[in-house]
Amino acid sequence: MTDAVIECRNVWKIFGDKSKEAHKVVNERGLSKTEILEQYGCVVGVADVSFTVGKGEIFCIMGLSGSGKSTLVRHINRLVEPTAGSIRVANQDVNSLNGTQLRQMRSQSVGMVFQNMALLPHRTVIDNVALSLELRGMAKGSRHDVALEKLRLVSLDGWGDRYPDELSGGMKQRVGLARAMAADPEILLMDEPFSALDPLIRRQLQEQFLELSKVLKKTTVFITHDLDEAIRLGTHIAIMKDGRFVQVGTAEQIVTEPIDGYVADFVKGISRLELVSAGRVMKPIAGAQASALTGPTVLATDKLSKLLQIAKEHDGVITVVDGDRPVGVISRHDLLDAVTG
Amino acid sequence: MPECRILDPFACAKLPLDSWMSVGLRWVVDNYRPFFQAVKAPIDSMLQSFMAALGAVPPMVVIIVVALIAWQIAGIRLAIGLAATLLFVGFIGVWPETMLTLAIVLTSLIFSLVIGIPLGIWASRSETLYAILRPLLDGMQTIPAFVYLVPVVMLFGIGNVPGVIVTVIFAVAPVVRLTYLGMKQVPEDVVEAMRAFGATESQLLWKAQLPLALPTIMAGVNQTLMMSLSMVVIASMIAVGGLGQMVLRGIGRLDIGIATVGGLGIVALAIVLDRLTQALATPQKKGEWLNRGPVGLIRSFTKSSQTDSAHQLASPAIDN
Repeated sequence: MTDAVIECRNVWKIFGDKSKEAHKVVNERGLSKTEILEQYGCVVGVADVSFTVGKGEIFCIMGLSGSGKSTLVRHINRLVEPTAGSIRVANQDVNSLNGTQLRQMRSQSVGMVFQNMALLPHRTVIDNVALSLELRGMAKGSRHDVALEKLRLVSLDGWGDRYPDELSGGMKQRVGLARAMAADPEILLMDEPFSALDPLIRRQLQEQFLELSKVLKKTTVFITHDLDEAIRLGTHIAIMKDGRFVQVGTAEQIVTEPIDGYVADFVKGISRLELVSAGRVMKPIAGAQASALTGPTVLATDKLSKLLQIAKEHDGVITVVDGDRPVGVISRHDLLDAVTG
Repeated sequence: MPECRILDPFACAKLPLDSWMSVGLRWVVDNYRPFFQAVKAPIDSMLQSFMAALGAVPPMVVIIVVALIAWQIAGIRLAIGLAATLLFVGFIGVWPETMLTLAIVLTSLIFSLVIGIPLGIWASRSETLYAILRPLLDGMQTIPAFVYLVPVVMLFGIGNVPGVIVTVIFAVAPVVRLTYLGMKQVPEDVVEAMRAFGATESQLLWKAQLPLALPTIMAGVNQTLMMSLSMVVIASMIAVGGLGQMVLRGIGRLDIGIATVGGLGIVALAIVLDRLTQALATPQKKGEWLNRGPVGLIRSFTKSSQTDSAHQLASPAIDN
């Protein structure tokens, strides 16, 4: 990826008074998380994580609570200082910024959405949305214009004069999203934004977010503990456990090629119909056999759901074509195998 | 020298704390009295202006202003109640003393707030400071006031100004504590969100922490006021005038009449100040107060006189 917007290299975060020493011995002797806790009284939050996020991508970090994902994302706008490692955002080394530069980055280039919304209860919705603009000193009239526009974006026009406690959970989080986008930042950090919402509203907000994301093309780091959500939203997904990335890949890679039992457990219940493509299921064929084949054809990028539709109507083998050249076949047996995983 | 026994060591060994204190205070008085005299100046000038103002304004004006304020911040019922209380104070003949006591209490309050609120904010940011402050505050609230009357008199003399100083010592603790508490209660996630959007420390303080801590701080202000009032009688022992002086005279002469009116004056003043500050402590939304009480009344009058023009302006705005 040449156009990496966020680039983290070997980031470590160890909490505790002796974090520097703990980090040193971890590098030298490779102690485990529990050993560090016992010997140094330090908690490892993030352990040797490296990743890059390209422009316009949605990078989902998925992990259970305590896996360090929220700590990791806070390194990007330096709400948390790393024990070691480098973080570059838009070609700037975040850890070498001084106070003014850091505040400038936070108010202009990085917007953040929080799990518990964290709206200011004593301010109206519009003043909440305009927060980052106000903090950097924009005049009231112009920042309210921007805020109104962002409220329209999350379909909350007309709610500007209300207070957060008059809004439902889903609406509050839309205000949170509008607030994060007010400064038109290049980067969005979403820390479990939809986790506290009920499933229906969560689904709606995910869709609204995806649509916005398609239009606005913000580079996004999205934290979640819900693999379904990660799969629905993420261009790339990282599975995090005990402060480390266990596996990084596209949704399809993670579902079809889980790297270990931990990831396999997660993906067990995931529906593969919209994820796995024909190209991954097919048995490749050589050019010579090709001419003999008849019956329905699909593209290599078509998903299982489409194959199933075809299989309902045709009993025979399905041919996968590239242009008009057949490249593989999928038997009914292969198809059923792929669906069950 | 009595014989020393292990079971009663106090008979032969004594820490001469009392004489140390006497000598120490003597030394401070001899060397630093001018400094303490200078401290009196700002207190004196503020007290003088309060006394002059409250003395110059006719009683009915004071009562009406208090009633209007009460109506604005809490409603018409409180306004009537407070006006009646103040009328009662006037009719039992202790109006001048009440105004003097009010001036002393208000001066003490202002100095308590000027010292207490910044101290509370600072303590909320530094656990070390809070650890030092806590026993000090406990001490200031529990040491009998008579104990520090002595050094205050030696350093500052007697009269109304030293009275303000003893009152501040006694009454500053609650506002420090509750400011600290209010700041600590500001949700961590709101603070983090402010930082995440690029707030400076002072923006964080003024735009998030103080507004959110305000109801708790106001509860501290209320406590401080109540404690100032409870010092009124004790402070009168160092020649502070007003209602406390009446009660003290009543005790001295066994005159139940003068003690009663003085005491009732203090109670009345306490009720007025308590209700007003409690009403201020209830959280309110910005702009809401404009639409009620006397201000709301005036606004509705001025609005109805321009109804036609306002109506034309308002309707397209709603469509947006």
